[in-house]
Amino acid sequence: MSEELPSSWARLHPLSPLARAGAALVAVLLVAGPRQLLGEGIDGTRAVLDAVVAGVVLATGAVSWLVTRWRVSEGELQLELGLLRRQSLRVPLVRLQAVDVVRPLAARLLGLSELRLVLAGSGSGKARLSFLAHGRAMQVRAQLLAVGAGLHETTPEATEQPLTRVPNARLIASALVGPPAVLVALVVPVLVVLAVVEPSSVGPVLTSLATAGFGAFAVVLRRLNVEMSFTIADAPDGLRLRSGLLQTRAETIPAGRVQGVRLVEPLLWRPFGWCRLEVDVAQQREHEVGEEDVQQLSSALLPVGTREQADALLALVLPGASTRPPPGAQPPRRARFKAPLSYRRLAAWCTEDHLVGRTGRLEVRTVVVPLAKAQSIRWSQGPLQRRLRLVTVHVDTAGRRWSVAARDRDEDDADDLLVRLPDLARTARLR
Amino acid sequence: MDYLHPSPKLWRLRQVQLATVAVPVVLLATVLGALSSASAAAAAFLATLAATAAAAVSLRRRVLSWGYAEREDDLVVTRGVLVQRITVVPYGRMQFLDVTAGPFERSFGLATVQLHTAAAASDARIPGLAAAEAARLRDRLALLGEARAAGL
Repeated sequence: MSEELPSSWARLHPLSPLARAGAALVAVLLVAGPRQLLGEGIDGTRAVLDAVVAGVVLATGAVSWLVTRWRVSEGELQLELGLLRRQSLRVPLVRLQAVDVVRPLAARLLGLSELRLVLAGSGSGKARLSFLAHGRAMQVRAQLLAVGAGLHETTPEATEQPLTRVPNARLIASALVGPPAVLVALVVPVLVVLAVVEPSSVGPVLTSLATAGFGAFAVVLRRLNVEMSFTIADAPDGLRLRSGLLQTRAETIPAGRVQGVRLVEPLLWRPFGWCRLEVDVAQQREHEVGEEDVQQLSSALLPVGTREQADALLALVLPGASTRPPPGAQPPRRARFKAPLSYRRLAAWCTEDHLVGRTGRLEVRTVVVPLAKAQSIRWSQGPLQRRLRLVTVHVDTAGRRWSVAARDRDEDDADDLLVRLPDLARTARLR
Repeated sequence: MDYLHPSPKLWRLRQVQLATVAVPVVLLATVLGALSSASAAAAAFLATLAATAAAAVSLRRRVLSWGYAEREDDLVVTRGVLVQRITVVPYGRMQFLDVTAGPFERSFGLATVQLHTAAAASDARIPGLAAAEAARLRDRLALLGEARAAGL
């Protein structure tokens, strides 16, 4: 039996402060616990201090829970929060792009979920319901989306079609075949040489290396924590991505808001035929400290996969786009004086709907931008390029991550692009 | 393409701006040189003077490089000497317009018009427009932007 959306003020789940303080509490316990047990026996003042710290963390959470209320009225989600600085948030549900479900570890243990409302404008970072019971959260999500689409709130959510699942083994392997592999490849020969020349120095060197290795390993773990169990499903409102090891997350890439797609082929992945597909969406989430991993996730459409998988996904997000250069996409041969290392990778071509640019030295990066999203077109020629009669043409979009560049084209080519691109962009926009 | 250019006063403005920096530098260098010897003073004077002249030449070329054209559907801005750039911004993509005039610009009756789009990289700026031309351009661009507004 599904509950209705609250039309009068309602509170979030009472366990929210615990879930929010989860990480901080664990940290306090990790510091305080062993000190109490292993230290100089039970120390009265220390124990009191630790209890006070834990209490303050919990109390702030409890107060913030007490002053936060939400309801849905007149097609708006209304949210009131803040004790000293009262804030009243009104989110017109018609503007809703998607609703993401985020579950940090503590919340998962408590059976809670956070709903994040994704809007096109900036400053929508506060539009979130943290936390609701998981089952209830899924209901509220479907109801909010239904109201946003102008349907009755009991309309069931449109069914989604599973597309791809990234095998965890491949994810782990791909994360290891990267900086960690390079590190090992560099370190092992050095250690072997050292062991032969000066056996006594191996110990100290090993310990200092372990610290560096730990850092690299932490990066790998963080990536895995975000991208583990990656699945992609096709829903009417966009692509739905689910992933996460400790903290899970379900997010939607809204259809028609994609500003650009990037295909990355790192050098070390090439023997395996793997690549990574990333997407740039025009949504400006408020950047919060400690949320970088979450931010990064919203860029990966396919964390690691075969070229065929990437092509299939690309066709879904930007129909008609291709990442395989047609003949004539290479810049003229004299461009190798300007870009000796990346010349072999350089390519750019323009179709009716997309501009595609490929570049990169060790890592090949192909950016596809739909011309319908072009904000401006830039032609630029540096002093060396002028000597070689080369020009770079950029197309900028509202995405925040990258713009596409047709690098080091022949001057006549570039002038032709500069004339054609505005017209192509206009017709693509009207289509 | 036929470009319109900023007001000729922009060059005078740049000369004044250069002078406010260069005159004290030349004087200071000469005085510091004079503390050690007369030939040092002469050398410092000539060196700073030469640097000023070089800066003036480069500024002159940069002032002359600015140009803009209002086409049917987009604004084209060109600039740059060392790195030459041409920027095309469709009117429909304009998010907002900025007309600014600093103290120097104001004293010459000049203003800078800047177009902002949703992309951070697209920077279409036209400095040194006579106040009347800046106002005309602003009104025309605002009108065209409204008529052709497109979403993201």
